[in-house]
Amino acid sequence: MELVFALVIGALSASGVYLLLRARTFPVIMGLTLFSYGVNLFLFATGRLATGQQPVIGTTSSYSDPLPQALVLTAIVIGFAMTAFLVVLALRNLADNENDHVDGQREKPAPSPKHEQEVSSK
Amino acid sequence: MTHWLIAPILIPLLGGILQVFMGYAPISLRRTLAIATTALMLVSAIVLLALASDDSYRIYAFGNWQPPFGIVLVLDRLAALMLALTAVLGLFCHIYASGGADEGNRQFHTLFLFQLMGLNIAFLTGDLFNLFVAFEVLLIASYGLLMHGGGTTRTVPGLHYVVLNLAGSALFLISVGMIYSVTGTLNMADLAVKIPQVTGSNLNLVKAGGMMLLVVFALKAAILPLCFWLPKAYAKATAPVAALFAVMTKVGIYAIVRIYPLIFGEGAGELANLGMDWLFPLALITLSMGVIGALGADSLKTLVAWQVIISVGTLLAPIALGSVAGLSAALFYLVSTTWTVAALFLVSELVANQRGSASDSIVTAPKMRHRTFLSVLFLIGAVAAAGLPPLSGFFGKLLILQSVEPGVEMAWLWGVMLVGSLLTLIAYSRAGSIVFWWNVDGHLETPEPMNNRVSISTGILTCLTMLIVALAGPLSDYTHATAEQLYDNQGYINILQTPVHIPQNPLVGEIN
Repeated sequence: MELVFALVIGALSASGVYLLLRARTFPVIMGLTLFSYGVNLFLFATGRLATGQQPVIGTTSSYSDPLPQALVLTAIVIGFAMTAFLVVLALRNLADNENDHVDGQREKPAPSPKHEQEVSSK
Repeated sequence: MTHWLIAPILIPLLGGILQVFMGYAPISLRRTLAIATTALMLVSAIVLLALASDDSYRIYAFGNWQPPFGIVLVLDRLAALMLALTAVLGLFCHIYASGGADEGNRQFHTLFLFQLMGLNIAFLTGDLFNLFVAFEVLLIASYGLLMHGGGTTRTVPGLHYVVLNLAGSALFLISVGMIYSVTGTLNMADLAVKIPQVTGSNLNLVKAGGMMLLVVFALKAAILPLCFWLPKAYAKATAPVAALFAVMTKVGIYAIVRIYPLIFGEGAGELANLGMDWLFPLALITLSMGVIGALGADSLKTLVAWQVIISVGTLLAPIALGSVAGLSAALFYLVSTTWTVAALFLVSELVANQRGSASDSIVTAPKMRHRTFLSVLFLIGAVAAAGLPPLSGFFGKLLILQSVEPGVEMAWLWGVMLVGSLLTLIAYSRAGSIVFWWNVDGHLETPEPMNNRVSISTGILTCLTMLIVALAGPLSDYTHATAEQLYDNQGYINILQTPVHIPQNPLVGEIN
């Protein structure tokens, strides 16, 4: 189970980091989401992977640690709020710059008379 | 257990919640209540400062859990100093904001108060995971504040700021997880006990966790490879927000000062002084980078934003050397530089408002209104920031220079800081003479005159540097005692033995 778990965390983090380095806001958001999934699983694993154990000390010889679950819950809630904010911000970036490049660069499209008219009217 | 410890968190929380429901109330009422909340917070911070100056640690255990099992708030000299610093800054920024900058967004005061609450939690908490939560609270408020006021120029820097900080939060969680998986605790005092006992292969895990934690704090503090988000974001933000953000980089420095001497300090066995040998060169490079940026700045706000980076470098260099005198000097300079930089942001915005389309760009423009008042404020701010006598920046830098022991570090620190100060001075002289002295003929489109709230708050915040000079003796005594307290780990570890108050209730265990 440990190997599968580690591979999943690794795959999620690697794809998250890869997407995070993209130049468009949509892949960046997807990357951050995947990365935070990987991180959450990692946090969960810090309490050691055990199934069917009780989270109370003294009841059995081995127990499962309840604290990482609380940490993960907090991290999920915070990550959810942050992602929602980021999506709104990315949409605003798209509206402001007519383009979802993370640096807000305007692309140089083939000059169409309509587009130039818009620019000059601003 | 005194209940005062929770006051700097509860006051802005309740005040902020009140503001949430008052979005449609008259703006004067909202302003009065919001500023009253910040003033109350300042009172509580001063009470805590008085409490903390007896060198003892006070804890506030939530739910009366004996530490290390619950989350605790810990008050010591450092926390009290940071709280008072933030509360004073917050009050003046808030008064400035009520002069008109808070219009356009009904929830400005809410976000402002929640930002202050996040800062206060970060300064008071004695728990590593709670520190993460505090960072998130202050960050989500800061995202909102950064975008406040509209305008398309803020979107892209805001996006960079948010994405970078989200990546930073993920790294924070990974490092916290790594440390927890080995030590099984997140309480800072308990970590200081457990980390020296780590052996074998676990050592590398904790080491990696500690170094990643340093990367996260370096991102918050804007140390060189991670500082490029700062100038654009701060220069584009509304002035009171940028001024409040002057303390945000200091949160990163605070976290380094809080965690590294305690958990990875001299007593940490094989992990002693983790990362500190990296920090010193990085601090000097950050300082140089800030100076180069300041010289190349094309607007007053960008110049001040680079000043933030200069002060980060100046602060971290003595901290990385790890001496009591160095830390004490750095804390002295921290108080001075935070207020000065904030005041300069406010002055820049006032100048921008008076210059029409020239705004705060460093270009010649027709003579502005209130020129004498604004130029004197800018002069005071620039003198304090560049570190010329007789203002507080000079004393801060002098203390830092004096704190280094002779050797290679001394040569580097003296060289970089002195040349850096000279070049900063040139940058300010250039900006000031172009903006205030070189006037061209013509007249500006009639700008709105300054109202009393903005001019008085900016004036007082600028003149606080003189107050620091007047109180330099008591303040440096305080920072010296703070530094000694920080390097004495045993005091912090003893909070684990603090008896937690258990109410003598005869009905415990019975159900009514």
